[in-house]
Amino acid sequence: MDSQSNTALINYCIALGDDSVTLGHRLSEWCSNGPFLEEDLALTNVALDFIGRARMFYAYAAELEGNDRSEDDIAYLRDCREYRNLLINELPNGDFAFTMARQLMVDVFDMGFFTGLAKSRDTMLAAIAAKSIKESRYHLRRSEDWIKRLGDGTEESHERTQAAFNELWAYFPEMFAMTGEERQLHNSGIAVDRGALEENWTSTMHAILKEATLSVPSHEWSIGGGRDGIHTEHLGFMLAEMQFLQRTYPGQQW
Amino acid sequence: MTAQTLPLFEIFIRSKRGLDHRHVGSLHAEDSAQALDYARDVYLRRSEGVSIWVVNSSDITASQESDVASFLDPMDDKPYRHATHYKLPKEVDNM
Repeated sequence: MDSQSNTALINYCIALGDDSVTLGHRLSEWCSNGPFLEEDLALTNVALDFIGRARMFYAYAAELEGNDRSEDDIAYLRDCREYRNLLINELPNGDFAFTMARQLMVDVFDMGFFTGLAKSRDTMLAAIAAKSIKESRYHLRRSEDWIKRLGDGTEESHERTQAAFNELWAYFPEMFAMTGEERQLHNSGIAVDRGALEENWTSTMHAILKEATLSVPSHEWSIGGGRDGIHTEHLGFMLAEMQFLQRTYPGQQW
Repeated sequence: MTAQTLPLFEIFIRSKRGLDHRHVGSLHAEDSAQALDYARDVYLRRSEGVSIWVVNSSDITASQESDVASFLDPMDDKPYRHATHYKLPKEVDNM
């Protein structure tokens, strides 16, 4: 592989790792704050799945780089503008309905995305994807179940869930946007064509929302920029907390 | 919604094929389908088993502590109820 493709692949892994680590960290913020004990445990289990996924992507990126940078350096020693995650993953948790609405949008996307990535010509990415599909299938089972309960629940739960989707709807188009490097990797059979996943995602989401007695939000505006390092104001605060220990005690391990 | 108002479920797990389901604990959930999901997260994250049963705790009819004397007493004054009361023929080695 030439060095340009190698750089593209490293960036691809880091972006996918960033998607996982930001959402994983957000979910971990529910630890001890869940609505009840059982759900608290379930949410943090999902958080661990995402953090584990991030580790696999970062470790592979570090291996491809072949220099001294470790998976921990990638996670803990990059600033906001170097993070390449999609904005939807970094948004604050909001209420439980918002967390679950976001989760459903990501889980439906992940099922399509990792099914595609499992066929990647890159065997490491294909292996990570195969493991991730199993996890995502369970995540989706949970988020779909919760959205139906909340949407078709009380008046308050319905309103909160609808409000969550209305706000989140601006963030879904970014999930289907391809970077130049991604397109180049797709042409060589390594990366997934995100654009091709949108139709299936839309019809699945519409069906779930309908069953949950929720309406599909109107598609008035959308926002992106995460892949270029342009983030919401929330990511900086999140990284400050997430990276505090490594920044204060460099190289600290436990 | 708080755990206090959610129904309680008893969780049974079969650790291996061929073994019986054993009671491992209980948890709160909205309904049996959700209880099954939570049981997976609470009790089955480290391959502790191959099958889960969830039972609504209110569906269990239990014996009462106050009945122990009349209901569960083995009646030791009626030794013929116990197998050990009977003398076995020499031909029977183990029973």
